[in-house]
Formats: sequence, structure tokens, C-alpha cells
Amino acid sequence: EAGSTMGNRLQRIKVENTEENRRQFREILFTVDSSINQSIGGVILFHETLYQKDSQGKLFRNILKEKGIVVGIKNQGGAPLAGTNKETTIGLDGLSERCAQYKKDGVDFGKWRAVLRIDNQCPSHLAIQENANALARYASICQQNGLVPIVEPEVIPDGDHDLEHCQYVTEKVLAAVYKALNDHHVYLEGTLLKPNMVTAGHACTKKYTPEQVAMATVTALHRTVPAAVPGICFLSGGMSEEDATLNLNAINLCPLPKPWKLSFSYGRALQASALAAWGGKAANKKATQEAFMKRALANCQAAKGQYVHTGSSGSASTQSLFTACYTY
Amino acid sequence: MPHSYPALSAEQKKELSDIALRIVAPGKGILAADESVGSMAKRLSQIGVENTEENRRLYRQVLFSADDRVKKCIGGVIFFHETLYQKDDDGVPFVRTIQDKGIVVGIKVDKGVVPLAGTDGETTTQGLDGLSERCAQYKKDGADFAKWRCVLKISERTPSALAILENANVLARYASICQQNGIVPIVEPEILPDGDHDLKRCQYVTEKVLAAVYKALSDHHVYLEGTLLKPNMVTPGHACPIKYSPEEIAMATVTALRRTVPPAVPGVTFLSGGQSEEEASLNLNAINRCPLPRPWALTFSYGRALQASALNAWRGQQDNAGAATEEFIKRAEVNGLAAQGKYEGSGEDGGAAAQSLYIANHAY
Repeated sequence: EAGSTMGNRLQRIKVENTEENRRQFREILFTVDSSINQSIGGVILFHETLYQKDSQGKLFRNILKEKGIVVGIKNQGGAPLAGTNKETTIGLDGLSERCAQYKKDGVDFGKWRAVLRIDNQCPSHLAIQENANALARYASICQQNGLVPIVEPEVIPDGDHDLEHCQYVTEKVLAAVYKALNDHHVYLEGTLLKPNMVTAGHACTKKYTPEQVAMATVTALHRTVPAAVPGICFLSGGMSEEDATLNLNAINLCPLPKPWKLSFSYGRALQASALAAWGGKAANKKATQEAFMKRALANCQAAKGQYVHTGSSGSASTQSLFTACYTY
Repeated sequence: MPHSYPALSAEQKKELSDIALRIVAPGKGILAADESVGSMAKRLSQIGVENTEENRRLYRQVLFSADDRVKKCIGGVIFFHETLYQKDDDGVPFVRTIQDKGIVVGIKVDKGVVPLAGTDGETTTQGLDGLSERCAQYKKDGADFAKWRCVLKISERTPSALAILENANVLARYASICQQNGIVPIVEPEILPDGDHDLKRCQYVTEKVLAAVYKALSDHHVYLEGTLLKPNMVTPGHACPIKYSPEEIAMATVTALRRTVPPAVPGVTFLSGGQSEEEASLNLNAINRCPLPRPWALTFSYGRALQASALNAWRGQQDNAGAATEEFIKRAEVNGLAAQGKYEGSGEDGGAAAQSLYIANHAY
């Protein structure tokens, strides 16, 4: 999370958004027991965090590496597309130099989030084309610098559209992304995809089961994502911790052919309970770590289709984490 | 972009998907018997037989009179228009004979290649005018799938961006129209083996072409689960001095497909493109033994590579018909095994099976 986004998170638990507070929270997460590496294969860091250390002066990135976890970096940018209905694209200037530096600093993968939204005229053909093209440029540059690009074309859940409409849009977006990746000569076997699950808009009155979400999601993916892509790590996009886990589990149980790994790349849906348990107090470290480990383990099981919902897990895990027009 | 206007109902989708799955059921592939009158002229002249409608009928009868052994290895037969309305010596329509064996009937619907002005001898394929009406009629007459062949070639400057774009687009239009009429479209973007390019170059071009095809299919709202793909295998150019093993061809082919063909496509039915009968079987077998994960069926849609020995055994003599039919059944069974990676090789040398069937700039 960028500094400003952490601000939103910390404000919810009434903690001041200082560099030290951000460091403390991340330290608690990163210093959990090494067994976390059974559930977590990679951690995406913000630029500031890549260079922070724990209270003994040890770099976070080294702590993670020693646990066998791959270190990733959020590559950022973002600019409006003129002549559209508030649509955006990403910035690429100086990316190669930044990637080279990150690689030297221990990073092995990058992530770039492109945002598309569903509305009366959106996503427009221009927004789809331009974001797909930019993601492909981004991926190409990453690979030239030895970083695996995570390609994230997020169709945000804002709106009252139904599941079918989200599926339709997601298929169009992903088809454009993979055409662009091909045009830009990107090596698919060295990329990962971070898409939205296919869900109804947040304001849609119709409710869908995890199985319906799973079927719509896997159908969309299997019509657009080549088998050469090794893994798909879903974003949680404002779903509650529990919904994000249940949906991932249903996805892994979906009877359609699934030649890629189907896993998670969760921010809010892995950290909400941990944040609530922490409340900014060092004394709560153990409770924070337990809350985080629990969600990590749950999602590890869901990524194998083996999650068993155990019932009450506290209000934080079922609370919707939706924020309108999310940027982070 | 905002709104989707569903192209097909759930029932239509199910019908198309079921047909496609039947054609590429495990161990089954397609007999491409859709040679145009012009192509048949070349085939028949090679065995000294006159190219008359009756001879073409007699020859197809040799193939279609194969016994029930073909049921387990042939999932579909592609017909040429003329053949769809022909009958055997007992007056039984060929369509019925094939259907009675549980084999799906298909029809070639394109009308041949035409030049793309301003390119280096590149082409697109015509046949879209009135295609919907023709498909509706073919469906009534027993056809459940169709085939349309586009042609691309590799040289220093080809295939050009225009040729790739135009052929992908015309394939997508064809596919869309077929599906509206309950017909499963086989999409065939053939990259010819003419030239001296190596395996890598063919793989690169094949990936570019297939990416364009699937983008066009998406743009045209084609239901992938109700389509089949008929691509070239990835091979070196015919005049390439480097020789590659079936395993290398398999790896290059499967890699290219994995990077471009969505898992929703139920089957990939390779064209044989001038490979000898044995080569085509060995390569298909190696493809099915390739260690990379393959989410689609990988099988055959062979013309020459299923018929060469049969044609040669027949030589226009009715006395040879039985022996000729046996030759066909033999190749069909071999390819049925190859489609499952179970073919152990013929152990034979020479004969029609090993003879290269390459014809320069093949159009059929």
C-alpha cells in the first residue's frame, strides 16, 4: 500500500499515519514464524518498505528472503485519459532504470495495477486498448530487467451491474491484455496475472453464491488466458476476508479445466483482522501475528480447494472492505 | 463496448459444444475429404485417373465404405459440396453412411483464396456472401460442422500485418456466421511450409498468427467452446537444411499453442500440410507425448496424410477398392493411436507412407 492508502487503513484503527507506524505494522507481519512460507510465496512491497528495517536493523527484504519468500515491488503511476469518462492509464517513464535498481536491491517481481471501471459508457474501447498496451510495455520492460511482471488489469467492483456483465467485460479486457502481451513479445511463462474475480457490482441488488462467482470467473479466464501463464493470483477488491477465501476455494473446486495455478494476491483480505488486532499497540504483536497467520493459512487451503469454513471468526473477517473508486 | 448482446442462447451454446466434443472425443480425429474439383484433378492425375464426377464419387466411396473399425478413430468427415449430395452404388447418400457410423458430417464452406492487393503475393479467403443461408441449408442437409481455410506464408517480409489481420478477421466472421446456424466452425489459419526458414521462425510466426486469430474471435463474440482449431504443426520450411526430430516439432508446436490458444477451445485438429503419412502420425504422436500441460485435445484433420496409400492402392480400379479401403482404415487407426500418444511407429521404410506429399504452394 502506498503511503496515502496506509493512511486510510490506519485511520480506521485510529493510528497516526507516520513512517514509523507503517514500519511497525509491516515488521509485525514480516517477523511471523517461518512456517508462513507454506502459505505465502511472494510479498509485494511499496518503495518505502523495501528500504525499511526491523527494530534490530535488519532489512525487511532480507527477513522475507530468508523465509524463502520472493520479494516484489509495486510499480506505480497513473494519469487520466483525456476525452474519457474519468478513465486512467499508467506512467512508464524511467521504469527500466527503476527496475534495474530494484533487481539489485533484491526484488524479483513487480506489480502494476491498471484500473478499468464499468459504467454506462465504460470501459471504453480506448481505455481497454490503452491499458492493455501500457501493461504490455510494463511487462516487457520488467522482463528485460529480470523481474517477473504481475499484470493487473483490475475491473473495479463499483456499480450496480450484474455478474454476467462483469464476466463479459472481464473477457474483453483479458483478451485485449493477452493480445497486447503477444504484440509486445512478452514471455508468458515468466509472467503472472492478477485479475479481479468476476463478481456483481458492489451496488447490485442480486446476490450470488461463491459457486456462481467461481463458474463465471473460471469461464472468463479459460476463454482468454493462455495455458502458458503459470499462475493467476486474484485481487480481493474490497471483499471481506472470509468472502475472498470462500470465493478462492470455490474457484479451485470449479469443474472446468484450469491449467494455471489459481491463487491469491490479497492486501486487505489478508490484513484486516491483523490491523484490527494491532490497534497501533506493540503489546498486541502476538495477537496481530496470529490473526495474519490464520488468514494466510485459510487462503493457502482455499488455493487448493481445501478450505473448510469454521464458523465465527470475528467481525473483521466478514466485514466488507469495499472503498469506492479504490486507488492505493 | 458497454453492453453485451448475447450472440447465442444457452441451448445453442450447448449444441455447439456437444458437437465439438464429439468430433474430438479421445482417440478420434477428422478425415478431410473436402478436396475441391481442382485439387482432385491433381490427385487423380497422379494415379492416371480422369477427373470426372463419377470417378470422384467412386473414390470417396472407397473411403466411406470403411467398416466399423473407423468408428473409434474418426470423429468427423469434411465433405466438399458436390460430395454432400452424392450416393454410393446402392443409392445410399454418403451423408447417411457417415452419420450411421456415429461420425459427424462437416462441410468446406470457403470459396478459395483471392489476392490482397499491395502485398507480396498474399491472400485472403472469400466466401462470406450468402454464407448464412448456405450454412442453414447445409445444417438441414446433415452437416454439423464447417471448415474454412486461410493461407499465410513465411518469407522475408511475410506474413505482413495486413495479411494476419485480414485473415484473422475473415475467419472470425465465418465462425460467427456458422455458430448462428448451429454449425461448429473449424478455424484454419494455415501457414504454409514453403520456404527455407527454420523451426524457430515458424514458431514465432505461428504464435503471432494464432494470437491475432483469438483476438479476432473474441472481438466477434465467437463462443470458443463451440469451435475447433485446425492449425499447421510448427515445422521448419520444406527447403530448410536443418532436420528436426518429432520431439522438437512437438515441443515447438505445443509451446506455440500454449501461448495463444485459450483452454476453452475443446480441440486442436492439425493439418498435415504435405507431410508424409508416417511423418504426420509420428509428429502427432510426439505432440501427445509432449511433457508440457495440454488443456485441449490434440488430434488430426488429415487429407493427404490419411489418403495417400489408399489412393495409390485404388488407382481407379474397382477391383482394388477393398484393398484401398484397408489402406485408409490402417492410417485412420494409426492416427487414432497417435492422438493418444500410443503409436509405436510402423517400422516400415519407403512406400507411399514415407513419401513426402509436399506440393509447392498447395491450394486444395
